[in-house]
Amino acid sequence: MVITPQRNIVSRTWGTSVGKKSVIAVTGAIFLIYVIAHMLGNLKVFFGIQAFDAYAQHLREIGEAIVGYEGVLWILRVVLLTSLVLHMWAAFSLWYKAKKARPVGYQHRQRWEGSYAARTMRWGGVIIFLFIVWHILDLTTGTVNPLPGESSAYMKLVASFDRWYVSLFYILAVVALGFHIRHGLWSAIQTFGANSALKQNALKTLAFVVAAVITIGFAIVPLAVMTGLVR
Amino acid sequence: MKLTLRIWRQASPEAKGKMQSYTLDDVEPDMSFLEMLDVLNEKLVLDGKDPVSFDHDCREGICGSCGMVINGNAHGPQQYTTTCQLHMRHFNDGDTIDIEPWRARAFPVVKDLVVDRSAFDEIIKSGGYISVNTGSAPEAHAIPVDKVSADDAFDAATCIGCGACVAACPNGSSMLFTAAKVTHLGLLPQGQPERQTRAINMLAKQDELDFGGCTNVGACHEVCPKGIPLASIAQLNHDVLGATLAGARSD
Repeated sequence: MVITPQRNIVSRTWGTSVGKKSVIAVTGAIFLIYVIAHMLGNLKVFFGIQAFDAYAQHLREIGEAIVGYEGVLWILRVVLLTSLVLHMWAAFSLWYKAKKARPVGYQHRQRWEGSYAARTMRWGGVIIFLFIVWHILDLTTGTVNPLPGESSAYMKLVASFDRWYVSLFYILAVVALGFHIRHGLWSAIQTFGANSALKQNALKTLAFVVAAVITIGFAIVPLAVMTGLVR
Repeated sequence: MKLTLRIWRQASPEAKGKMQSYTLDDVEPDMSFLEMLDVLNEKLVLDGKDPVSFDHDCREGICGSCGMVINGNAHGPQQYTTTCQLHMRHFNDGDTIDIEPWRARAFPVVKDLVVDRSAFDEIIKSGGYISVNTGSAPEAHAIPVDKVSADDAFDAATCIGCGACVAACPNGSSMLFTAAKVTHLGLLPQGQPERQTRAINMLAKQDELDFGGCTNVGACHEVCPKGIPLASIAQLNHDVLGATLAGARSD
């Protein structure tokens, strides 16, 4: 009798293409919730410098009695960074598998290549990653921000977006993020097995609306600084 | 109709292939695409040249043998139609038509437009069956099936295993094929005993055979001659994740 060793749930999940997809979907859902909260926080910029800086300070003081000053922020950072590593690792592994699956390409360009959002998931994801690196250096560590580190969060934001090329890169990145969410949200729902022929159009519309709201919610901040609405 | 055909010619699996041009002057609009290739082949044979190899069997759109990528479309420009059921009236006089085989590592080219699709047989062997007592057929109405499940299972069961989904998928994935089989068998009472292991084993076999992973692009559904719904893939994912969480293992 052959006894097959019972592999644990981690290796069983990671070992299959659907398992990797579900890792991408779960970590993507974490990013989506974070991004929505981040967007709502950003919009406080329209309520003035006091409101925005008080919010930034509050983020550092949440749960201070339990996890210490900036404790919640650091927990968030660890969760997000771990999710990012898993999200990218699984995605690159499927990217490699896809490249391997078709060694000889077609002479005539394929007519059905899917939506623009679906086609740009991989390179779009790379653009979003590069943006995040810049974004953290600019507004978290302050390394590439024109103002010194101890300046108000509001003033650093304004100083950063006063550079037109930074605003442009930011807007391009949130548009890329919108496309990523447009395909990613619907794809995650499909990966969790929640799609059906009847619900499909509604789910795709939902993903589009969520993506559009997030893109606009982020893009209006640099636009407001460039047009002088936020100073 | 006068047509210029650019066809992938490859003498053997190891040979290096290339696109070769042919002209045909006497194509009737009522010919099927395969009949048009028959005319070309008769001409090539008369000229003492090697005819173009392509797979075909029933020519009724149900066997799944024929299949070629026509101008970048698996099975050509008409939706829900196999190559054999495609007619030349969908093309215009003077057109140039590019004809290529399915492209996937798991479907190696045998000759010209013929590819070896036995990878699909391997996926079926890994779980595309139900266990029943053989012998005299049971009374057909003995096991009740609700209408919705019966309809959904039947929609999935129309898959003819032609491989167009793999050919069109940007990831070279056979997900729609595997999903069709898992949905077809998993929704019916007779398919319940192996439901969990079927989903896990068929997916594991598909991954092992160097098909790509699904990224829900949807090109497979667009080219599928039977219009298998993209939601079947959600059904497969549902069964795979459910089985994984329940601790089912592949054998």
